[in-house]
Amino acid sequence: MSQFFTYAVLTATVASALGLAAPFLLAALGETVGQRSGVINLGVDGIMLLSAFTTYFTALKTGNLLFAVLVGMGTGAVMGIVTAFISVTLKAEQGISGIGVYLFGLGFSDLMFIKLVGTPLPINSLNPINIPLLDRIPAVGGMFFKQTILVYVAFLLVPVVTFVLNRTTFGMKVRASGENPAAADSVGVNVARIRWSTVLIGCTLAGLAGAALLLYDGIFQENLTQSEGFIAVALVYFGAWRPTGVMGGSVLYGLTIAVVLEWKSLGIIPLSASDLAATAPAVITILALLTIARRFRQPAALGKPYERGG
Amino acid sequence: MTTPAASPSREGVPLLQMMGITKRFPGVVANDRVDFDVRSGEIHTLFGENGAGKSTLMRVLYGLYRPDEGEIQVNGAKVAITSPADAIRRGIGMIHQHFMLVDTLSVAENVALGEKSQRGPLTDLGRVSERIRELADTYRLNVDPQAIIWQLSVGERQRVEIIKALYRNVSLLVLDEPTAVLTPREVDELFVVLRQMTEGGRGLVFISHKIHEVLDISDRITVLRAGRNVGTIQSSEASRARLVELMVGRAVALESQPSKGTGGEVRLSVKDLHVKGDRGIEAVRGLSLEVSAGEIVGIAGVSGNGQRELSEAIAGLRTPLSGSIRLGDAELSAANPADARAAGLAYVPEERMRDGVVPFFTVAQNLLLVENRSRDYSRLGFLRTRAIRRHCQELISAFDVRTPSLDTPARNLSGGNIQKLIMARELSGSPQVLLVAQPTRGIDVGATRYIHERLVVQRDDGTAVLIISEDLDEIMTICDRVLVMYEGTIIGSADPRVNTREEIGMLMAGVKSAVPPLAGEPATASP
Ligand SMILES: Nc1ncnc2c1ncn2[C@@H]1O[C@H](COP(=O)(O)OP(=O)(O)OP(=O)(O)O)[C@@H](O)[C@H]1O
Ligand SMILES: [Mg+2]
Repeated sequence: MSQFFTYAVLTATVASALGLAAPFLLAALGETVGQRSGVINLGVDGIMLLSAFTTYFTALKTGNLLFAVLVGMGTGAVMGIVTAFISVTLKAEQGISGIGVYLFGLGFSDLMFIKLVGTPLPINSLNPINIPLLDRIPAVGGMFFKQTILVYVAFLLVPVVTFVLNRTTFGMKVRASGENPAAADSVGVNVARIRWSTVLIGCTLAGLAGAALLLYDGIFQENLTQSEGFIAVALVYFGAWRPTGVMGGSVLYGLTIAVVLEWKSLGIIPLSASDLAATAPAVITILALLTIARRFRQPAALGKPYERGG
Repeated sequence: MTTPAASPSREGVPLLQMMGITKRFPGVVANDRVDFDVRSGEIHTLFGENGAGKSTLMRVLYGLYRPDEGEIQVNGAKVAITSPADAIRRGIGMIHQHFMLVDTLSVAENVALGEKSQRGPLTDLGRVSERIRELADTYRLNVDPQAIIWQLSVGERQRVEIIKALYRNVSLLVLDEPTAVLTPREVDELFVVLRQMTEGGRGLVFISHKIHEVLDISDRITVLRAGRNVGTIQSSEASRARLVELMVGRAVALESQPSKGTGGEVRLSVKDLHVKGDRGIEAVRGLSLEVSAGEIVGIAGVSGNGQRELSEAIAGLRTPLSGSIRLGDAELSAANPADARAAGLAYVPEERMRDGVVPFFTVAQNLLLVENRSRDYSRLGFLRTRAIRRHCQELISAFDVRTPSLDTPARNLSGGNIQKLIMARELSGSPQVLLVAQPTRGIDVGATRYIHERLVVQRDDGTAVLIISEDLDEIMTICDRVLVMYEGTIIGSADPRVNTREEIGMLMAGVKSAVPPLAGEPATASP
């Protein structure tokens, strides 16, 4: 155990925890925006998978990582159109349609991988960007300021989303649509349009999350996400529909994964118990969910399609 | 400040003209070729039984429903109003029977919602709050822009709705039963506001079931019956009897003078109760009262004096800070509605759309919400459909709930019929104690009389009945004993057969010495 509590190992663990947390955070922030307007999207994982594949494929063919990330986000946006059409326009049961999108993403990303790539080849990974001066701070610099651009983006989005939700007219309409769509409608808010935008935002962020995950791993494989998209949805509840809470949950989750990985490689966790240890993040999240989430109320119209009577 | 947004209407052209409006719902024709118009500067009342189609007509006007037939003209020009946004753009505002406020947003946010902000994409709540204060001053509508809606009383929410309309500077405002939630004094104040609003040329549509209000405020009155316009008359030509006759299609007697209850063993006993309100302040402060079997006790008082917190504490929906509540033999300690029900309480809450029905459940399901554990209606956990339907059918015909069928979702019923539905459910058992907040709010005169009769029947069957009402007429008609609530305590008690309305009114305003204590009365008032 003592070999874990060294300066270098601890710093590296936290740093990789943040890297691991970034995809969750991106996806969960997107889901938060959607849920605040009243739409549950359970298709996140499928969208992440599709985006991870398109990002991978683009990077493989062009070698341009930035372009690849944009393609990943675009893939998310396209899936957003599908999701919004099903959930908002057709007013379908959101749980079922989300599972449909997930299954499609799971199957289709693998199919394309087999057809278009076949043998997995690694791609370049994103280089960390050191923030001048800040990266020299002992310990802190190593933990926080030598990350990739996507990690910075994910964490910067937390205050941005908070601000948009709380301080803009758009955010106000989003909250109103999620709480009482009839009231919003009665003052001329176009609830369908608001929900379309939040679903598009959410799915685009899920796409970015898929890209971030792919670039963290550097290679695509079947079911790359291993259901992490569903964890992202759970983190929204964990975070009580607040971006800062969602961030707390993502970091906690990333930290548990990082610690488990580190302990495995240091031999603190014996090989025989490694499968069990791999479930630790999920177990910890569920426990935290049970204790925290109960105290907060979800948006009153969450999961309910809005229909004007008559 | 009071000049309407739209240009003043041309001479002789009404502000609004609705012609031949027909609106059908599955199983009902809610509006049947209705003609209706509003002139600039007038207050035009829509009157009629629960389910007559008043709200529907106004919802058509506001773009919430598409009419099946008919035409709408605003200032003489034909318009198609397909959404509330359309209506707002044409200077039409509406205050709904069930408030259209977002509970988790602040007053200022609710007012600003949907309006252009002066700071572009950013909210300008500072400026909105200032404007709210201005409007509040001008029209004496006291409300805190920073308060969150769920913390507000019904009366305060009403004010927010009025401010929303004033903020949007509408030229035509529809008020669907605005007075149902107000005290007599608040109604007087509202009427001053309404008059003030018409001065600039605004037209108002007013809906109410209270005839004296209708006669008081209206310039013209249109009566709807079963979806048809059965007559538009000048207020000066109208009378109580004439309106009721138009409404139901025949002459009816309205006054009833129920007998006095006798009283028996104490069924509900509240001692030195302290309850916290939503805003963290103590709303009930050391209140004690007793209700015996076979009597109807009324709690009179201006809303916001702790009535809601008191009833929620008794119903087990809110944990008291201290004090005791005994229901029959059971002591209610922690808040638990199931305990309260098990102890024999039936409770009809004030905000019925929110607390009293499940809007997406059908009429039958809502009727069964409470009774579904009873043996008659379920066997081995399965519901016995046929027995249930027979029972529900009996209930809705006894209480005259107008619904196309038992399978209609509750949210599709008219406001008053939802009330009747809840009354039917709560009064159908044989509770030990019956607690009803605002028993006849929003209920038409005929049905009001029926509900009063039912309450008296319950009392005569030995139920202890506690009524919380702001309607002094109601209190005076059916109560055996009146307690007046003021600032969280019972400030005094009165006998409706001895004391006058004025005396009780003084108590409601907090003037303590108004009624000398009655001989033989237990000292219910606490310091
Ligand atoms: N969305 C809806 N779907 C189906 N039926 C409806 C709907 N809205 C109203 N109705 C029906 O239309 C009729 C008229 O209802 P409306 O709400 O207009 O009555 P009202 O005159 O406002 O009554 P109240 O005084 O009780 O408010 C009722 O029979 C009601 O059940
Ligand atoms: Mg109505």
